[in-house]
Amino acid sequence: MIALLLRDLRLAVRAGGGFGLGLAFFLIVIVLVPLGVGPQTALLTSIAPGILWVASLLAALLSLDRIFALDFEDGSLGLLATSPLPMEGAALAKALAHWITTGLPLTLAAPALGFLLSLAPEAYGYLLLSLLLGTPALSMIGTFGAALTVGLRRGGLLLSLLVLPLYVPTLIYGAEAVRRGADGQDASGALILLGVITAGCFAVLPFATAATLRINLR
Amino acid sequence: MSFWEYANPKKFMGWTAPVLPYVFGAAALCLTVGLVWGFFFTPDDYRQGSTVKIIYLHVPAALMAINAWIMMLVASLIWVVRRHHVSALAARAAGPIGLVMTLIALFTGAIWGQPMWGTYWAWDPRLTSFLILFLFYLGYMAMWEAIEDPDTAADLTSVLCMVGSVFAILSRYAVNFWNQGLHQGASLSLDAEENVSDVFWIPLVICIAGFVLLFIGLVLLRTRTEIRARRIRALEARARRA
Amino acid sequence: MLRVKEVTCARGGIPVLSDVSFDVAAGQALVLRGPNGIGKTTLLRTLAGLQPALSGHVDAPEDELAYASHADGIKTALSVTENLQFWADIYGNPVPDTIWEAFDLADLRMRIAGTLSAGQKRRLGLARLGVIGRKVLFLDEPTVSLDGFSVKLFAKWLQDTHLASGGIAVIATHIDLGIDAPEMDLTPFQAAPDAGGAADEAFL
Repeated sequence: MIALLLRDLRLAVRAGGGFGLGLAFFLIVIVLVPLGVGPQTALLTSIAPGILWVASLLAALLSLDRIFALDFEDGSLGLLATSPLPMEGAALAKALAHWITTGLPLTLAAPALGFLLSLAPEAYGYLLLSLLLGTPALSMIGTFGAALTVGLRRGGLLLSLLVLPLYVPTLIYGAEAVRRGADGQDASGALILLGVITAGCFAVLPFATAATLRINLR
Repeated sequence: MSFWEYANPKKFMGWTAPVLPYVFGAAALCLTVGLVWGFFFTPDDYRQGSTVKIIYLHVPAALMAINAWIMMLVASLIWVVRRHHVSALAARAAGPIGLVMTLIALFTGAIWGQPMWGTYWAWDPRLTSFLILFLFYLGYMAMWEAIEDPDTAADLTSVLCMVGSVFAILSRYAVNFWNQGLHQGASLSLDAEENVSDVFWIPLVICIAGFVLLFIGLVLLRTRTEIRARRIRALEARARRA
Repeated sequence: MLRVKEVTCARGGIPVLSDVSFDVAAGQALVLRGPNGIGKTTLLRTLAGLQPALSGHVDAPEDELAYASHADGIKTALSVTENLQFWADIYGNPVPDTIWEAFDLADLRMRIAGTLSAGQKRRLGLARLGVIGRKVLFLDEPTVSLDGFSVKLFAKWLQDTHLASGGIAVIATHIDLGIDAPEMDLTPFQAAPDAGGAADEAFL
């Protein structure tokens, strides 16, 4: 599993784009929002938590179809299926690799972009914490979606349609935690529920992903 | 003879053909009686006036929108466990019907909401949940359309339906957490406190029965179409090889 | 010992080969022959456990099967060594030192796989088989895009290293590998157009 994780990370670094693209997309969305809604600081402050969360969700979505597609095309996925590595482990390694290459950089970059949206000063800690807790779930759910659409020629669009509704609970708890933090309310409930969802995703979805991959490789 | 033999495609085609007219007939009867009774022979609500009468479309449609998804989930589980083709096709058949039921519930809700709340749409938890349910139906149907091999499609949509069900429930709770809403309490519940009163209740039950029958009839009809499509596919595959 | 008993396999839900039976003893190879489209790939994938057989069963040592086709999972962004090391790690084996000579990769070890020629890439793909240490190999057209010299190299490795150490190989190929192995023609096993067991049978 670690070998697969390391290989995917190495590929992401070498192939270029993998790391930077999602981050650049995140930045562009954050820049476009004030251009669209106007520069009033008060308005931006109030929508900043939601925008930051929606933007990171979309940025995570961007690279999902690469999780399995390349391995499917060059045959690695079939070879992995007959290797001693269980498919569940492969699914988990893939999700982790995706998180390290997208979720983690997004989490680290989000506070910097929070300044652009005049995020309330109290909210930075909650933003960092909620993204740290929530983005792994985005990667795991996305890995499941990528497994569903791996054999399809135009899977990218379908992938978004399948995955985005599944992102709803994570988005709600994540953005709610930041919003409550910004308003000086107690955000611990939202953060706990966010953590529960992420833990649940990692407990269940590797199995669903593995089953899906086996069906698709048949 | 085992119960499951009715799920053999040929048997299914056999027993559904004579049953269908009765189902549709009963559905038409229930809907006519229920809607006419509801629209013309019930008093206006003292607070809501005559707008309350949209309940006879709104509540049954909303119920069926959820029940259709539950039926899809059960049919998917049967396919995964017992590999009955008809089960998978019935799940496929129920998708668009559930989608339309969701749309009816959303539209009638908007029409009802305007005079009551002064707005067609609000991000109320129930309304939002139905919008999310609508997205789930879209994804499920798109998945069926996208995959060429029917058995693979059945397997993958079943997995999607199961995982989707869990996330739909999670979303429901998340949405509640996110916003406490405008929507009135349940129209139907065993707890009589907040139930609608008897004069509205009986025609409503008849309407619900009509929607259930309509749903069953449509699912059977669409499943028959799906079976015919699969049969054509199978025959064509043979013709190509012969 | 690999024992295949009356295996029926399907492509797209329709049986293509029915009741295929053969035995291969340890240290032996078997070459499958047959025209394009008869189902060699389908049979090999079924035997390797990538897809379920419609009927019949395969007796083989537990966890010793491996399947290889022209899609050999080479990552073009990684070096030759990294590619082999990855598969070695997945299977929990060290990369044997002899592999570089056996597949003539010694001079290419540090090259990025994307810069290799098609034939060199194939050799790298085949070298993977020497790294994973599986006893029973199902090889689908292993020699595509190899030159005569490389084919000899591969046949030598198969004969002298893999089979000599008690391995088994089932190979679908159109060329003469020059190894000492019986051949089996799959044409007689072609499934009849109305053969039972198809996935859509219930709809007829």
